[in-house]
Amino acid sequence: MPTEQSGHSSPPPPSPPPPPPSAIPILRIERLRKQFGGIVAVDVERLDVARGTITALVGPNGAGKTTLFNLVCGFDRPQSGSWFFDGRDVSGRPAHRIARSGMIRTFQLTKALSKMSVLDNMLVAGAAQRGEHLLSGLVPPTWRSQERALVDRAAVMLERFELDRMASEYAGTLSGGQRKLLELARALMAEPSMLLLDEPTAGVNPVLVQSILTHVLALRDDGMTILFVEHNMDVVMSISGRVVCMAEGRVIADGSPDAVAADEAVIDAYLGRRREA
Amino acid sequence: MDIVAVLADSFRTAFGPIAAAYALAAVGLNLHFGYTGLLNFGHVAFMMTGAYGVAVTVDQGGPLWLGFIVGVVGAVVLGLLFGLPTLRLRVEYLAIVTIAAGEVLRTLLRSGGESSLTRGVFGIQRFADDFFAANPFDRGSYGWGRFAYSERGLWVLVIGWSLVALVTLVVVQLARSPWGRVLRAIREDEDAARSLGKNVFVYKLQSLVIGGVLGALAGMLLAIDRQSVNPDTFLPVLTFAVFAIVILGGPGSRLGPVVGAIVYWFVIQFTDRFLREAIAVGWIPESVIDSTDVGAVRFVLVGAMLMGLIIWRPQGLLGRREEVLLDAD
Repeated sequence: MPTEQSGHSSPPPPSPPPPPPSAIPILRIERLRKQFGGIVAVDVERLDVARGTITALVGPNGAGKTTLFNLVCGFDRPQSGSWFFDGRDVSGRPAHRIARSGMIRTFQLTKALSKMSVLDNMLVAGAAQRGEHLLSGLVPPTWRSQERALVDRAAVMLERFELDRMASEYAGTLSGGQRKLLELARALMAEPSMLLLDEPTAGVNPVLVQSILTHVLALRDDGMTILFVEHNMDVVMSISGRVVCMAEGRVIADGSPDAVAADEAVIDAYLGRRREA
Repeated sequence: MDIVAVLADSFRTAFGPIAAAYALAAVGLNLHFGYTGLLNFGHVAFMMTGAYGVAVTVDQGGPLWLGFIVGVVGAVVLGLLFGLPTLRLRVEYLAIVTIAAGEVLRTLLRSGGESSLTRGVFGIQRFADDFFAANPFDRGSYGWGRFAYSERGLWVLVIGWSLVALVTLVVVQLARSPWGRVLRAIREDEDAARSLGKNVFVYKLQSLVIGGVLGALAGMLLAIDRQSVNPDTFLPVLTFAVFAIVILGGPGSRLGPVVGAIVYWFVIQFTDRFLREAIAVGWIPESVIDSTDVGAVRFVLVGAMLMGLIIWRPQGLLGRREEVLLDAD
């Protein structure tokens, strides 16, 4: 545990009891700013995500939620700002290195690798595979045992996500909901410590939504940290421990689901009012 | 009409040294296009590099083996030149750079005079004497009846197809390894591969360089078979002939490029010989096609055949139909 990594710029609170390791946020974002031309897409002063929690990121379309994901995961570069994952500064690192450090994202529009089997979709996500190096790829004995272990792990994971019967099918034949499940299962094959899910239930039928939510809750109970973008407020209210609301690139509310849902600024910017008497 | 002679001639070409060279080039392009999804429209540049690597080295007094090394190293350098600036960008940029670079290289090679390194439009001849001096086959004709090769043709053919077998084995082994799995993931969606921790840029560069080296080997084989190199044999259309072979065989299939090359050259030679015979015996009146048109007409037929293939068998001869149907989403 990197407990002695408290040197990051934040000034300590007035009388700090030494925080237990789990209180050090797994993800810390500081003064992150991204502009597209004259439009400020993301302008986040400070955002911490605590280890082992489920945090929902909500807000109207164009609030900068997906851009924030893209920045944090290295898919896009900010004008300024820094962010720390697991106590390490990962600002400006390329996407594949951020992924390798244990933060794996999924996409709003699922990226199933259509012309590969469901099993191959799972296997490709395995981290640090020896056979992925050009020269060792040519020498199967160097990677065969690792591959077998990976296949076993994929089989367990596919069973857990009820995709085991589809293992040898092309991923392109899956339904939209199954693709969401596959993407989640595939992300887990990379053994992340934090998942960033971009609209995990968008376009998914209600039965599969329940299944995805059950999986997400089970992952948290296993110690996983989850940050997810979601528009379905029922989903947000039912699984998240904390809700962050963004609008026009900024964080306008941050707190418990009930507090955020009752926040005037959130109601104005996102939720809207019920018919007033 | 001597149909036996037409068929024998067609098979001779289909299994001949030139078909072997095209198969080599197609195995490389299949690695780019079929496995990795790279749009390399300048494969001919790699072939030129291989051909001229051998020709110039020997012409300057170097040994043949050094020429091979020069050609391979040249292809690696060319692959890096193409890839380093473009592979971080969208696929189209590689296509633009490669199609232009092929012509730039050809223009460069033909720009000098007879005394220049590449001898300009005159080209270089008789640089592969050492290769033929090593021919273990005695003088004579090898084959059955009209399906026969000279000892010289047989030597190139044996080396050529052995090389095809070797590189096919290597590429198939690579494609089946986790390395090849990453390439296919990149072809399907490179952002997905990136999000799973794969260094997409490095894999694309590796694929481009390896496929490019295979293109260079194809160029060497062509040059040695003809004992001659000339810039104007490396027109952009050569790249698209190799593309036709890859698509004919089925992009991303293991033996597709090899089968594609054989079928492609069979069809080219068969239509040519058949049309000529048909004109000679009067089946086709000279007023419709005369023998000078045959060269062009055969490519019209090849084009029509490719169109038919795309309509009725879009996966190519050895591709998987289900994969093509998935693209319909």
